[in-house]
Amino acid sequence: MPSTIQNLQIIPLDYYIFFCSALFAIGVVGVLVKRNALVIFMSIELMLNSANLLLAAFSAYRNDPAGQIFVFFIMVVAAAEVAIGLALLVMIYRSTHTIDINVLNKLKW
Amino acid sequence: MIFSKYLFFILSFIAIYAALKVLISKKPMHSVLYLTLAFFAIGGHYILLNAQFLAVVHIIVYAGAIMVLFIYTVMLLNLNIKGEFPKSRLAKIVGSLAGGLLLLTLIALFRSFDLQVANDPSLNQIGLVKSLGKVLFDEYYLPFELSSILFLAAMVGAVMLGKKDIY
Repeated sequence: MPSTIQNLQIIPLDYYIFFCSALFAIGVVGVLVKRNALVIFMSIELMLNSANLLLAAFSAYRNDPAGQIFVFFIMVVAAAEVAIGLALLVMIYRSTHTIDINVLNKLKW
Repeated sequence: MIFSKYLFFILSFIAIYAALKVLISKKPMHSVLYLTLAFFAIGGHYILLNAQFLAVVHIIVYAGAIMVLFIYTVMLLNLNIKGEFPKSRLAKIVGSLAGGLLLLTLIALFRSFDLQVANDPSLNQIGLVKSLGKVLFDEYYLPFELSSILFLAAMVGAVMLGKKDIY
């Protein structure tokens, strides 16, 4: 089987899965552990990036350009989301003078 | 080919180290700078996958636009003077435990699939601008145009939120 020999030389797809899972888990830990809303936002970006990278990896290994187009669109939406989210953060800070999420619990219960 | 494997490990190490430092750093400014490092490492991963268009877009959008927005926000909010946001030790332990369990579950889930592929990503040409542009402006032309409307809406929304007298 000639593809087996070739498989030994390229980076296995599993490596990308492990790497992206680790990055995603780090992002989840960040969302759960941190109290600064800005750092939580950064952790969300990290999760988004790990998903993007895995999508691009599958696309490259499966020889399907649609995956990379989807990554492009996810980046577009992420850019819009960051602009709105940071505008919201600045506005919250302006009205409450904090971005500690334990203080911002008016909508929680 | 062996070289690209080493490159993969180096880039992965840099990305995971920077991602951990984002969480460990006390000051938000350091978190932002480490996040930039993580984004550059992920950009290197895109180049390793021969997805050159995505690598360029990733660097422009994330390192160029999003990180500048983050840095400006950190400076606007003046967080380094306000101090840190201590969280109870129990919450930290439980959060880390939950993240570790999630990682375990994800890896166990993906291990159960058979992911044998014969394609060498460094040989195929789908990640280049030429082939991606053909797909983007052929099959995905409508979403591409709709994303411009999304950007317009986001810009109007950000300006609206930034105005002073809308509370």
